[in-house]
Amino acid sequence: MPVDIDIDEKSVTAYISGEIDHHNAGALRAKIDEAVEMSYPEVLIMDFGAVTFMDSSGIGLVMGRYKLMRDLCGRIIIENAPRSIKKVMRMAGIEKLLSAENKKEGSFV
Amino acid sequence: MKPVNEMKMIFESRSCNESFARSAVAAFIAVLDPNIEEISDIKTAVSEAVTNCIVHGYKDDIGKVYIHAKIFEGARVWINIRDRGCGIADVKKAMEPLYTTCETGERAGLGFSIMESFMDKMKVRSNPGKGTSVTLEKSIVSKGK
Ligand SMILES: Nc1ncnc2c1ncn2[C@@H]1O[C@H](COP(=O)(O)OP(=O)(O)OP(=O)(O)O)[C@@H](O)[C@H]1O
Ligand SMILES: [Mg+2]
Repeated sequence: MPVDIDIDEKSVTAYISGEIDHHNAGALRAKIDEAVEMSYPEVLIMDFGAVTFMDSSGIGLVMGRYKLMRDLCGRIIIENAPRSIKKVMRMAGIEKLLSAENKKEGSFV
Repeated sequence: MKPVNEMKMIFESRSCNESFARSAVAAFIAVLDPNIEEISDIKTAVSEAVTNCIVHGYKDDIGKVYIHAKIFEGARVWINIRDRGCGIADVKKAMEPLYTTCETGERAGLGFSIMESFMDKMKVRSNPGKGTSVTLEKSIVSKGK
């Protein structure tokens, strides 16, 4: 499965790797949601550092987790998104979920 | 105008073919020496169109997805992706940003917006009951830079 999950007291971090498309978004979603529903974190960190490709299925994945965390009164942070993935995220305006450092490096607009 | 190169492929609408389809198109245009951003733009746009055939066009059925690609003089890439699935009743509405008929909440409704903004041109033709055809065009200008 192309996602490693770290759970600690207040957060769940999902290190996603490889390609995010419709074919593998379902498995990613299941693994992340399982961790979130087990530990009810304050924050879900989605780390895109090792993601090599993403289409709108990735936007759906982020928006779905955003809603899930909102329902749990938590929030989500996107970490380490490469340039090409930020370009896709910008289409949905979800780059506002990027961590402060991730926003700074390689300004995109 | 006659293309300088051309390819056609037909594959089944299985989601495991999404990666194969966008990689095949990327490999076909590699002779034009596109840069990383151009390759990524084209792979993303192809993935959107192919996924739409699989998810919407054929829904729970398996049908055939057709890709026809041409390279024209001046490094212009032309790609047609089509299905013989359910078709779209109102194409104009389908193309609106955030419009989706998916009810699971896991689709953003941004596929057409991405194709439109990542490519130079996009044309959609559809007939309810007959299928959908998406034509994408982009000029490769970077020469690898
Ligand atoms: N090949 C197709 N066959 C039938 N309907 C289609 C096809 N392509 C698109 N549609 C319709 O157009 C709508 C919008 O497509 P678009 O790709 O923009 O968004 P989406 O697929 O719903 O979500 P996303 O692409 O963001 O995951 C779809 O919800 C679907 O109703
Ligand atoms: Mg789509």
